[in-house]
Amino acid sequence: MKRTTLVLSLAAAASFSAGAQAQAKEQFVPANYYWVGPYAPGGSGIGGGAIDYLHMLNLRDGGINGVKFTWEKCETEYNNARGVECYERTKKHPPTGATLIHPLSTGITYSLIEKGTADHIPIVSVGYGRTDAADGRVFPYVFPMITTYWSQNTAKIKFMGQQAGGMDKLKGKKIVNLYHDSAYGKETIPVLDAQAQMYGFQVTHIAVPHPGIEQQAQWLQIRQIRPDWVILRGWGVMNPTALKAAQRAGYPREKIIGVWWAGAEEDVIPAGDAAKGYIAAGFNVSGTNYPVIRDIQKHLYAKGLGEMEDKSRVGSIYYNRGVVFSIITSEAVRKAQSRFGKGQPMTGEQVRWGLENLTIDDAYLKKLGAAGFMQPLKMSCADHEGGGQVKFQQWDGKQWKVITDWISSDQKLVRPMIEASAAKYAKEKGITLRDCSKEK
Amino acid sequence: MLYREAGQFKSTYAEDQQIFPIRQDRIAIAALLVAAFVVVPLIADQYWLSAILTPFLIFSLAALGLNILTGYAGQLSLGTAAFMAVGAFMAYNFVLRMPWLGVIPSFILAGLCAAAVGIVFGLPSLRIKGFYLAVATLACQFFVLWAIQRIGWFTNNSPSGVIAAQKVVILGFAFDTPVRKYLLTLGIVAAMALLAKNLMRSETGRAFMAVRDMDVAAEVIGIRMMHTKLLAFAISSFYCGVAGALYAYTYLGTVEPEAFTLDLSFRILFMVIIGGVGSILGSFMGAAFITLLPIFLSVLFGAISHATGMEPSHAVVSNLELIIFGGMIIFFLIVEPHGLARLWQIAKEKLRLWPFPH
Repeated sequence: MKRTTLVLSLAAAASFSAGAQAQAKEQFVPANYYWVGPYAPGGSGIGGGAIDYLHMLNLRDGGINGVKFTWEKCETEYNNARGVECYERTKKHPPTGATLIHPLSTGITYSLIEKGTADHIPIVSVGYGRTDAADGRVFPYVFPMITTYWSQNTAKIKFMGQQAGGMDKLKGKKIVNLYHDSAYGKETIPVLDAQAQMYGFQVTHIAVPHPGIEQQAQWLQIRQIRPDWVILRGWGVMNPTALKAAQRAGYPREKIIGVWWAGAEEDVIPAGDAAKGYIAAGFNVSGTNYPVIRDIQKHLYAKGLGEMEDKSRVGSIYYNRGVVFSIITSEAVRKAQSRFGKGQPMTGEQVRWGLENLTIDDAYLKKLGAAGFMQPLKMSCADHEGGGQVKFQQWDGKQWKVITDWISSDQKLVRPMIEASAAKYAKEKGITLRDCSKEK
Repeated sequence: MLYREAGQFKSTYAEDQQIFPIRQDRIAIAALLVAAFVVVPLIADQYWLSAILTPFLIFSLAALGLNILTGYAGQLSLGTAAFMAVGAFMAYNFVLRMPWLGVIPSFILAGLCAAAVGIVFGLPSLRIKGFYLAVATLACQFFVLWAIQRIGWFTNNSPSGVIAAQKVVILGFAFDTPVRKYLLTLGIVAAMALLAKNLMRSETGRAFMAVRDMDVAAEVIGIRMMHTKLLAFAISSFYCGVAGALYAYTYLGTVEPEAFTLDLSFRILFMVIIGGVGSILGSFMGAAFITLLPIFLSVLFGAISHATGMEPSHAVVSNLELIIFGGMIIFFLIVEPHGLARLWQIAKEKLRLWPFPH
């Protein structure tokens, strides 16, 4: 027994060092996602999309200016300790270390904020993570990109206002915020409370403990409150359970509005009929009818390559979200190369510059083959969010139908809250604010 | 051959009662400590220090805490993670609200808070035993997490419930790099392990074991039941509390209450069961098994697919790791139900007789 273990560990060590020999023209991106556990549908879908896009770039364009992407998968199990272990394992990978990292878990993002800042590796949390990190003056290496939870939440209230016929009509309405009892779930409570005061609606926060397969008490309470809307801030198996419980409680699904982590095919299909009519927010759309997805199919799946075993998941919400993740990764590298040397692998520090100076407008999205697939972005040193728009989609029993255009969020409300919260963090940690006018 | 105690005579009581009566053991422990304190920081890289060794030490301490309660005093508990949470969050609050106190006193106070919680939730142990007690300690697990999640004071009103541990500065020296954090953790864990080892050899420890082996008989010979059981809960919770504080301060840096779910309590209980119930060494072995084996398997599978060029579906590999991990737990429990520490003990006994076993 002992000898076998020894031989195996020696073999592991040997192949490690063999793989560690530096090969120059490569850009390493950690693929720390999750393929097991209650949240595996999200992790495997997004991981698959993210890897496939980089793989497709390698095959179609030869990478970015000749620098090919490499990646290494690491299973985080959506667990903070494992996520940190994966981060530590991959951060020094040759040739230039981790380019940037998508932790794909709000908890892991929190755990990596200080480590990434110390190691000069950007932590990119697209549509999740710590909202107030959007203040790049306090969090130079954290990028809660595209739309933060708080922005998304204001867009949701705006959507409700539109449905009600004007924001003033929200006065006196009742909203229930049914949330996953975790850092992720609790993130929007302050902004909802602020908005409740602003518009005069009542909000009740109801927690669902992890993993969320038992919700009868919560829906009983919702039935007593008789809210005009229910915000479903769920994740994983909690979402179909909520929809089924809503059906049982007789609550109309058209009045349930989910966050984007509650708005994928995997969230509604298990609920069957109960999901029909349910509305969810999204910062990306589903479907294969976009040039970027067609390119992935042409260069990978037509040749028997590609990450997804179940090919029908290509073009699903989660898969496409992974593609969005990697579009950000590759474009940040491209931007960084434009300043620090074309055709060179970029370090985390250089990619951070790339992220902060990233601008993706409609014309450029078209060039990428992603027009309408994701929203335009404009990042800056102070603003690490860059987008802030949301589309709403409704499940018709077979697929997600987009029912609105991009609805912009209420940055007038959100930004001061972000800055106040970031300032509190800076004070607690003794961080001096970066002066963005001096950044080059 | 090397491990033989022939010729080692003990002529005083002190010699007879020392922690490691066999000279080879003393040498081995000294060598281990030198390796851990000097050699490891010199040769280990950041990955080993911050992702493998530091969590291993912290979980060892937590397992040690549970082992005092479950292994030595015989009181089954499922509240370990809750005691760790008390330690982590109270340490945060002590450092935040009383910064003049210093980090180490804050850790000790946090441990004492955990001990107080442990005493309160240990009260049912005076009336109920065994599995029923385990169910009663479940209340602690849920209550503590509920309190931390719902009462804003614990998290300094952080909207998401996540706290960011402050910098660890002791006497002007900042423990900010992985090496320093590792050394701080190692120092605390080594000191507390030594304390536990001695405690278990003292009258208190013998009282614990008497209660474990037969509480009626223990009571008859004059061991105070309430005092002993609650003391076991207090000491155990103190250890877990300090482990929780280290978890926040030297390992993850940020903590959310969800890190301390029932799942973690079970993991630590498994560490105790696999490592060896009622053994200090077993706590370390169990922690190594439970925390390091999954990482080792994951690295191994990565290396195999790297070396052979085969790339099986990652979902399969990830699930396979869990299956193998579970299989190995069952294997070890069948081969040696008394844990890895017992295997080590058997090996030692064989070595003493080797090469002439009888």
